[in-house]
This record gives sequence, C-alpha cells and structure tokens, in this order.
Amino acid sequence: MITDKLQNLGRDTINNIAGFGRSGIMLFGALVGKPDFRKGFPLFIKQLYVIGVLSLLIIVVSGLFIGMVLALQGYTVLVKFGAEGMLGPLVALSLLRELGPVVTALLFAGRAGSALTAEIGLMKATEQLSGMEMMAVDPLRRIIAPRFWAGVVSMPLLALVFNAVGILGGHLIGVDWLGVDAGSYWSTMQANVDLYQDVVNGVIKSIVFAVIVIWIALHKGFDAIPTSEGISRATTQTVVTASLTVLGFDFILTALMFGG
Amino acid sequence: MSDIMVDIQHLSFSRGQNLIYDDMCMQVHRGKVTAIMGPSGIGKTTLLKLIGGQLKPDSGHILFDGQDIPALSRADLYQARKKMSMLFQSGALFTEMSVFDNVAFPIREHTRLPESLIRLIVLMKLEAVGLRGARDLMPAELSGGMARRAALARAIALDPELIMYDEPFAGQDPISMGVIVRLIKELNNALGLTSIVVSHDVTEVMSIADYVYVVAEKKVIGHGTPAQLRQDKSELVQQFLQGEADGAVPFHYRAEAYEDELMEFAG
Amino acid sequence: MTTRKIEILVGTFIVLAAAAFFMLALKVANAGVSGSGESYVLYAKFDNIGGLKVRSPIKVGGVVVGRVASIDLDRVYYTPVVKMEINSQYSNFPETSSVAILTSGLLGEQYLGLQPGFIDETVEILADGDSVQDTRSAIVLEELIGQFLFNRGN
Repeated sequence: MITDKLQNLGRDTINNIAGFGRSGIMLFGALVGKPDFRKGFPLFIKQLYVIGVLSLLIIVVSGLFIGMVLALQGYTVLVKFGAEGMLGPLVALSLLRELGPVVTALLFAGRAGSALTAEIGLMKATEQLSGMEMMAVDPLRRIIAPRFWAGVVSMPLLALVFNAVGILGGHLIGVDWLGVDAGSYWSTMQANVDLYQDVVNGVIKSIVFAVIVIWIALHKGFDAIPTSEGISRATTQTVVTASLTVLGFDFILTALMFGG
Repeated sequence: MSDIMVDIQHLSFSRGQNLIYDDMCMQVHRGKVTAIMGPSGIGKTTLLKLIGGQLKPDSGHILFDGQDIPALSRADLYQARKKMSMLFQSGALFTEMSVFDNVAFPIREHTRLPESLIRLIVLMKLEAVGLRGARDLMPAELSGGMARRAALARAIALDPELIMYDEPFAGQDPISMGVIVRLIKELNNALGLTSIVVSHDVTEVMSIADYVYVVAEKKVIGHGTPAQLRQDKSELVQQFLQGEADGAVPFHYRAEAYEDELMEFAG
Repeated sequence: MTTRKIEILVGTFIVLAAAAFFMLALKVANAGVSGSGESYVLYAKFDNIGGLKVRSPIKVGGVVVGRVASIDLDRVYYTPVVKMEINSQYSNFPETSSVAILTSGLLGEQYLGLQPGFIDETVEILADGDSVQDTRSAIVLEELIGQFLFNRGN
C-alpha cells in the first residue's frame, strides 16, 4: 500500500532526525562546561594513545603502499607523454588533497571508530555508564569528551604521517626503482605544491573528517541497544555511516576548496 | 532530621504505552533495611533508577532526604547522588581498571585526597568485603560473587547515607549468597546506612529486612515487617511468599482465549 | 609504569606527526622560499594569455623570480592585464625588458618568460607598479596551424 510506504518513510525520517538530535545533545553535553584539566588531561593522553598511537601502524603501512602504487600507475601513464618528470606533483597532490585525508578517515573509521562504538556500547550494556552516573560522575564528560578530543587531534596528525610516508613511498618506486631523476621528483613537486592551498587544506579536510567519524562512532555506541546484537549492529553502522558521510563531505569540501 | 530517608508519594511512571507504576506510595526509614519484593518484570530496577534520578516520573514526588529528586537541577542532582550509592545487578565494575582502582574511582573523582590516604581508605573498604587480597585482579578475573562484593566495596567508598541493592542475590551460589546477606546486614548496622534491597529471593530478604514492600500490578500490594507480612490476608502476597505457580498472579501472560486462537487456523 | 610507557609513545607520535608536517611544508611545498620575502609588482598587457594561471611562475633564463598574482581584463580595451609579483632581490629590470608567455615542453604548463632589455642613459629602471610595454602573447596552437596551412597554400 502506498500509505504504508509513506508511513515507513515518515517514520524513518523522524527516527533519523531524532537520532541526529540525540547525538547533538550528547556532544553538547560532553563538550560544554568548564573543562577540568587536572582530571581530564591524563584521560586525554590515554585516549590519544588508544586512538592515535595504536592506529599508527595501519596508517604507515597503507600510506607507504598507496604512495608506491600511485607512483607505479602514474609513471606508466606519464611516460607515454614523456612527462615522467611530473611524477612528483602527481603523487604529492593526489595524496595531500584527496587520498591522505580520505583514506586516513576511512581506515580510522574501521580501526578506531568501530573500537570506540563497541567499547562504549559494552560499557552501556554492562551498566558501567549507568553506574558512573550513580556515582555522580557524568559519563559524557568522563568517557565521551576525552575520546572526542583525542580523535579530533589524532586524525590530522595521522593524515600528515600518511602523506609524508606516501610521498616517500612514491620516491621509493619512482626514483629508486623506475629511475625518475631524484632532483626533478622533488623540484617539480616543490614548484607545484602550495603550502596553504594543498597542505593546509588537506589538514582542514582531515579535521572535518575527524569530527564526523568520532562523532558518529561515539553516538552509535552511546545510543546502541545494550545487547550483543545491538552492539554488533552499532559497530557495523559506525563504519558504514562514517565512511559514506566522509565521502559525501569530501566532495563538498573539494568543491569549496579546489572547485572555484 | 526526619526519620524518613526516601519518601515516594503518588508516583506514576510509564515507559512508552506501558504503565509501570500507578499512584504508588512508599517510605524508607533511616537506618533500616527496607526490602522491595515482587515478581520479575514489574520494574523494580526502574524504581531504583527513579530514586537515583536517572529516570523521571510522569507525576508524583520522590523525596530523598527532604529534596524532591525529579525537580532538582542537574548540579543539585549530582550533589544528591554523592549521598547515595547503587549496587548494580552485574556489579558494573569498570573493566579496564583493577579492583583497587575501581574502589578508588569515586574517591579520586570527588576528593583531592593524597594517594597514600586513598590507599588506606580503599584497603579498609576491601577488607570490609573480604577482598583485600584481590586488589590487583582485573574484574574479568573475578567470580560473579567476588565481582558483586568488589562493587559493594566501591559503593561504600564514599560512605553514602543510602545504598540501593539491585537483585543482590540473583545468580549466586548458596555460600556467596550467605556472604552477601551477612554483608548487607553488617554494613547497615556498622556504618549506620539506610539500605533498599530489591529482590525476589523471599527467604533471604525476609531474613535481613526490617520492613518489606511487596509490589505487583503497578502498586504496593502489601507491606509490613516480615512477621506482619506472613500474617497478611492478601491472596497475592501469600502466593508470592509461598512461591505458587498459579493464583492471583496468573501463570499466563495476558492473551486472548486459547480456544479462539487455535480455532483461527482450523477455520 | 604503564602510564610512563603510554606517555612516551604519545610523545613519539606527536614528534612523528610534527616531522611529517615539516617535511611536507619544507621539502614538498617548499614554503620556506616562495612564501616569504619582499616583492614588488609589475603589470603587463597581453592580447591573449592562453593557459596562463594565477601563481604561474615568472622566469628569467629559467630561474624563477616571481609569480603571477592576478589576471584581470582591462575594461576599456578588453585585453588581459597580468599582475606580476617579483622578488625584491631582482629589482633592476630596465623598461626595455619584455615578457612573453611561454610553454615548458610541448604539453607542459605555461609560464611568463621575462627578458631583460638593454640599458643606457635614457632608459629607466622598472619600479613598483610600472608596466612592461613589450609583451608577446601566448601561442595558440590552432592559429599556428592555420597560418602554416595558409602559407603552404601560397
């Protein structure tokens, strides 16, 4: 029946908007209010370790391989036009503008985002959040806020590492293996890459993606139905929703930064 | 100071379409162990969450030490919660901390005591529940009974005035059940606490409670001291105390007539 | 202690990220040279700028001396006006100098080639805000081919 379809559509829309509102209230509750650095800072450092340092390995390895593949693919095309001297800018610009922030965000959603959702979902299921609240400790401030800030700080740093490693990986393949001149690899790169236009814009993208991924991950965990099925579904949703939202926002940001 | 610690007046609460409490009244006296009994699924845990201010009632007042919990501002509610404490059914220990850090957690959060003093307090609390030797274990390494005792040590870490036990006996072997019964009684007397015990384990509750409320069908159906309750004339109360399968509380969840449902397919 | 280990690792992470940023800023984007430093402005009018873009390099004998700051259209004659930012350390170009829009390689991007002119007593040195008179526009491939075919027809 068409009215049933309409009803379903309406209900889904209402649920989505309500979920978005709840996540906004959650983030608001976590971030508003005077921060307590004495208690908060050690928690932040701990989360920087869990979210940032532990994601470093996957980021370095992926960055290296993506840089190497870019160099290999780019070389085979560029060499047809005798333009293999442009390999440096090709690798650097692809990484700095797009692949660095986006791939880092996707890996981050898979590595750290899913772990955050599962952790918070389980805390909820085992009444740890509720217990904390009864001990007059606000779980939003104690659990959500340090994780949020650690994520927002870690992701741009991870993206920078990803970019640097990727460019070195491109050097490894392009210069050391395929024989592009090292001087022209770096100098054409320097001539074509702009600090603000490319490097800083990439970092800005990365910060936006960090907010998106962390926010979705924390909210999905906080809002999870406290059963094993509910948590597993929330974890999956985190990865899917965060990845799609990142790709959507990437288009918008690219259009704003490089389109006009 | 009034003699009544928690005063629930005309409480109504519903979850979605389901009415859980309808105009319920209840008093908890200071320094006493008050038990709330009733069949599973009538929202006993919900009642504790209402007292703790984690849920808001549709109407009615919940006075804790003279303050109306649902009407408190957020900051005042957090202040009030420092005077109460709750032992969750699962224990709700923080899994990423050792037993010691779990017990130290509320002290570290709410005071600025030096670490040496915190250590002293934590060891005292752990000694009270007999787990001083287990302080370096992680919650995952504890048995169910030990986890509940560790959680109890954490619940009394800040010397609360009121402690609420959510199903403290559920799923315990007879020995740890005995240990917990003893602990509740001793802590209540030694620390001058007020205790609320929510449970459906009739014998254990009757042995420690000073006053018992039996809750069923959205309201209090009987109350009194254990001795008075045994004499109660209500069919419902007697069915619950004796543990009969069918009676005033029906065995079947409410449903349409059995024959009608069977005939649906036959016809 | 474990806290100590965590703090050391977090510190390493931050150092690593900072190193990555400096590598990207200095080695990749070369921000140390192009971004800073004093510069002065010259203008040049062209008939056609071809594929010249903002931030295209300005070279003298292959050495980058500045970048294109902006490209506008003259409202009276409807010809493009290119605003050039030239590094102050190269400030001795005479007014007889010429600029041409050149292409690096067959398919490479376009840049401005600045050719310093001769100097005698009557020639002045270009100052901030002056215009270069002698300009050569971009070579448009279609026009070139058209000319070639036309000449062969003769």
